[in-house]
Amino acid sequence: MCLAVPGKIVRVDGENAKVSFGGVVKDVSLVLCPEAREGDYCSVHVGMAQAIIDPVEAERVLEVLKELE
Amino acid sequence: MKYVDEFRDKDVASDLVRKIGSVVDGMNVSSPVRIMEICGGQTHSILMYGIEAVLSSSIEFIHGPGCPVCVTPIEKIDLALELARRPGVILASFGDMLRVPGSDENMFEAKATGADIRWVYSPLEAVEIAKSDPQKEVVFFAIGFETTTAPLAAALHVAERDSVKNFSLLTAMVRVPPALELLLSDPDCVIDGILAAGHVCTVMGSDEYAPIAEKHRVPIAVTGFQPVEILMGVLEVVEQISRGEATVRNTYAWVAKQEGNSSAKALIEKYFCVIDRNWRGIGMIPQSGFGIRDEYSRFDAEKKFRAQVQEPRQTNKYCGLVLQGKCRPSDCPFFGKQCTQTHPVGAPMVSSEGACAAYFTYQGVRST
Repeated sequence: MCLAVPGKIVRVDGENAKVSFGGVVKDVSLVLCPEAREGDYCSVHVGMAQAIIDPVEAERVLEVLKELE
Repeated sequence: MKYVDEFRDKDVASDLVRKIGSVVDGMNVSSPVRIMEICGGQTHSILMYGIEAVLSSSIEFIHGPGCPVCVTPIEKIDLALELARRPGVILASFGDMLRVPGSDENMFEAKATGADIRWVYSPLEAVEIAKSDPQKEVVFFAIGFETTTAPLAAALHVAERDSVKNFSLLTAMVRVPPALELLLSDPDCVIDGILAAGHVCTVMGSDEYAPIAEKHRVPIAVTGFQPVEILMGVLEVVEQISRGEATVRNTYAWVAKQEGNSSAKALIEKYFCVIDRNWRGIGMIPQSGFGIRDEYSRFDAEKKFRAQVQEPRQTNKYCGLVLQGKCRPSDCPFFGKQCTQTHPVGAPMVSSEGACAAYFTYQGVRST
């Protein structure tokens, strides 16, 4: 139920956006993430963006994971 | 897909499994470390990706109550069905609820015999139905944890802004921290560490969990849903145990910020208040739910329609034990016999993320 899927915002139109999920583009509401901008990746739950993904933090974590042995 | 594929990487997952094993080996414990994942979505990932099997010598997963479909009381479902049968009412619901049995029937059966029940992906779709059909009253069956409570608040925000008067919520929203507090306060509790639900924390932040970790001396890792993310949460928990620590750490920080989503929290605070809530299989938990504030009671279906919940006529005690992590699905005498995914008896089998559905789908029914 708490499923959320990351997607890339390809267009912002007021409080709505077109978000691409691996090429599948869906309408997503930005009511909960009014600061979202085109090009951001966001985490989407029941048709609403809930968080803008922090690319720097994600990259840092992936680098740490690469260092594991 | 970016931010998904990286966290399903087989080599990284294998490295994490080895690392977890070596940390647990170094702890010199005689039995596996017992970790509860709160969220039903995490339960499914743990079984679907074989994480439970590959870590079976070091970690025992205890499945938590984080499936809102499963914990919605049967009397609330009966009430939803009663409203759906009223003339002029459209009941809108997430698809997950449609097969959950009420005392007499489920929503599919009610729809088949004339009730106007629509399933939607987003609560905003239900607001749109209300706008397009102003002669009807649209009631949305509002289930969910904090993750979903935020979109429900957003739906009320849109309904209020657009002066939609024929839209209301039948509320059944629940909060994680009071349920976690209840489980950890049980004298029989055997939980060594917790994976907190990453998307609940995306909305609410992780501050609510710090007092729980401290009081119960239990490490908590805010954890995502992909296999690498879950293994990162498990590694964080076992490393804390090995160091004798018990604190909250966020292993999903690129999505869940420590403070959560301030816009979402403000909307929740505007429309909803914290109330006591009855959980299916567990009972009344103080302060464990969200209800609609009095000043917005025009959006509260129970007040709008003067509808009251009735006492339920049937329950299965094993569903509650499964929801509390006190019983594995396969320990229930009905599992795989009277209760299957085709003919579910209890909610944890109906819901796509219930623990029983996960066992049935990924492990099958094992002969005993």
